[in-house]
Amino acid sequence: MGMKCVITGANIRVLGRAIHSLSRIGDELYFESLQNGLCLRSVNSSRSAYACFTFAPLFFHSYETTGELCHCKTHMKSVINVFRSPPSLEKTVEKCLINFSSKKNRLVIQLLCKYGVTKTHNFSYQDCESLQAVYKTDTCPNLLKAPARLLSEAVVHFPMTLAEVTLMAHPCGKVTLRNYIEEETDASKAMLTELSLSSEEFLVYQIQEQREITFCLREFRGLLIFAESSSLPISIHFDSAGSPAIFSAADTVLEVHFVLATLSEMNCMSQSQSCRQPSAVDDDFQGDDVDYMIAMETTLGDSPPAPHSSNFYKSPPRREPSSHDSGGEEDPQKDIPGTPPNKKFRSLFFGSILTSSGRTDQEVLAEDSD
Amino acid sequence: MASSSQFEDNAEQYVFSCTLDNVRNLSNILKAIHFKDHAACFTTKNGLKFTVENSKCLQANAFIQAGIFQEFNISEESVMFRINLTVLLDCLSIFGTSAAPGTSTALKMCYQGYGHPLTLFLEEGGVVTVCKINTQEPEETLDFDFCSTNVINKIILQSEGLREAFSELDMTSDFLQITMSPEKPFFRLSTFGNAGSAHLDYPKDSDLIEAFQCTETQTNRYKISLLKPSTKALTLSCKVSIRTDNRGFLSLQYMIRNEDGQICFVEYYCCPDEDVEGADT
Repeated sequence: MGMKCVITGANIRVLGRAIHSLSRIGDELYFESLQNGLCLRSVNSSRSAYACFTFAPLFFHSYETTGELCHCKTHMKSVINVFRSPPSLEKTVEKCLINFSSKKNRLVIQLLCKYGVTKTHNFSYQDCESLQAVYKTDTCPNLLKAPARLLSEAVVHFPMTLAEVTLMAHPCGKVTLRNYIEEETDASKAMLTELSLSSEEFLVYQIQEQREITFCLREFRGLLIFAESSSLPISIHFDSAGSPAIFSAADTVLEVHFVLATLSEMNCMSQSQSCRQPSAVDDDFQGDDVDYMIAMETTLGDSPPAPHSSNFYKSPPRREPSSHDSGGEEDPQKDIPGTPPNKKFRSLFFGSILTSSGRTDQEVLAEDSD
Repeated sequence: MASSSQFEDNAEQYVFSCTLDNVRNLSNILKAIHFKDHAACFTTKNGLKFTVENSKCLQANAFIQAGIFQEFNISEESVMFRINLTVLLDCLSIFGTSAAPGTSTALKMCYQGYGHPLTLFLEEGGVVTVCKINTQEPEETLDFDFCSTNVINKIILQSEGLREAFSELDMTSDFLQITMSPEKPFFRLSTFGNAGSAHLDYPKDSDLIEAFQCTETQTNRYKISLLKPSTKALTLSCKVSIRTDNRGFLSLQYMIRNEDGQICFVEYYCCPDEDVEGADT
């Protein structure tokens, strides 16, 4: 099994930017070579943000897969090192070769640069299952589509330190963006920045009823930087507060999806008359104002599990509908090193579904190779 | 344009004194070896040499030849002292480090001899600052005994080609492995870090390579933490000569062109790591 591809010209920079924007999501980069292209994905440690870039074979100068599909993950940091400065990539790098061979246990990225200099990076990697977020754009009743520039010019008014932004869309044709202020913030110290966009500025404006969603800005900015550099419009599919919002951009040779959890309505809309069931109170959740949730599952194609496949998600398959009040999903979170301190509770729904084998409860030998 | 007239000092009382119209011609070179607080300074009629060492394995020398200075007087055969380089650099850039055209700081540097401070007179736009920096007992510096007759491999490269490589070095690797060979891969820099290995290959006919004189294949490992500071010299330089001798000792010579177009040299010597066995990949 393996994959070999060659990227040339401006597409090297596109790939570099894609990796930079993925690096805003998580610490690990998931590599997946499919018949119909290369997938790069990442998910954050609390599983509240997920991103996936799919590059079609036409994106590449050449793209070959042999044998079965391959899935692996590697450290984001080391891949970022290869593509450190996207603007200079185009000037110095003439060709980029990616070579994955599970037989030889190799993931190699080679850059052929100016003056005949060759940079070869051999990455240590872990076999893993496919990382897949569960989301559907067609069930989302609301859709906004706008040039990336419009959105990036809108969010530029928010400070870089701002964690979340609230987007409110009215059926009447007005979209407002404002910084999300946490409940506990002293109102006398808080500054509210709000700006409005008119529906005329959007390419598509489908809003059934007034909706308000709050999502992470940092990850969203990552997508904006990418989309703006490739001048792609961004589509935002969303339902109500609490369900994930799907941000996507695409052209003929690539597709990007960012799935970001949104704050659940109950907490962000009506904190004062909170209707929390007292029965569902758990230590970790008590007093938290914000619930994030995003439903995902991993599936392993038809291939048998690799020998040292790391079962990242220890939790048994969990396919019950998202319900932020059940207390069981805190344990996977504890397993994840580097989880940021729980400022807010982030609920996660990850299932590990191995379609062709029942090995759902493999032991994790080592989370990280180092 | 130096306002040495303002420095009412008699050159006779000093064992060593010099003047420089543009202090950056000295401070920039010193920055290239500034990875430790202290430096040894040797002065002869040929000029100044500052030496900084680390872990008995690495030595960096900056040479500022007498010709760089507008005046250069020395009354003894050689003058030697140890000085806090950080303080010296702070003093030299006391009027700021910006290279705005037309604003250069003039320097007069004097030393009365053993036990005396090094005195700096810095002048910019009619303002004079006098700095006295205590000198210290000179310590013996390492002799790497790097002799050009023992050089096995030598490559002269445009610094541009190494700059990126050095700034992107995988610092999770303990060492930098340098391969120089008359055959492929000719010139290779390798790191072996947490996330895997990386190799950087330069073909011998690359436009970056000005001279390629390799007689046999040598692969040596050098502590990356020792070599990393040489990046400072690399960024300032226009060319670098990389040499290894029969013991695997590494010499990096950087040619640095100052703002007045004069050439100075900075040199790094580094011992190889002992356990070269199994260094091949």
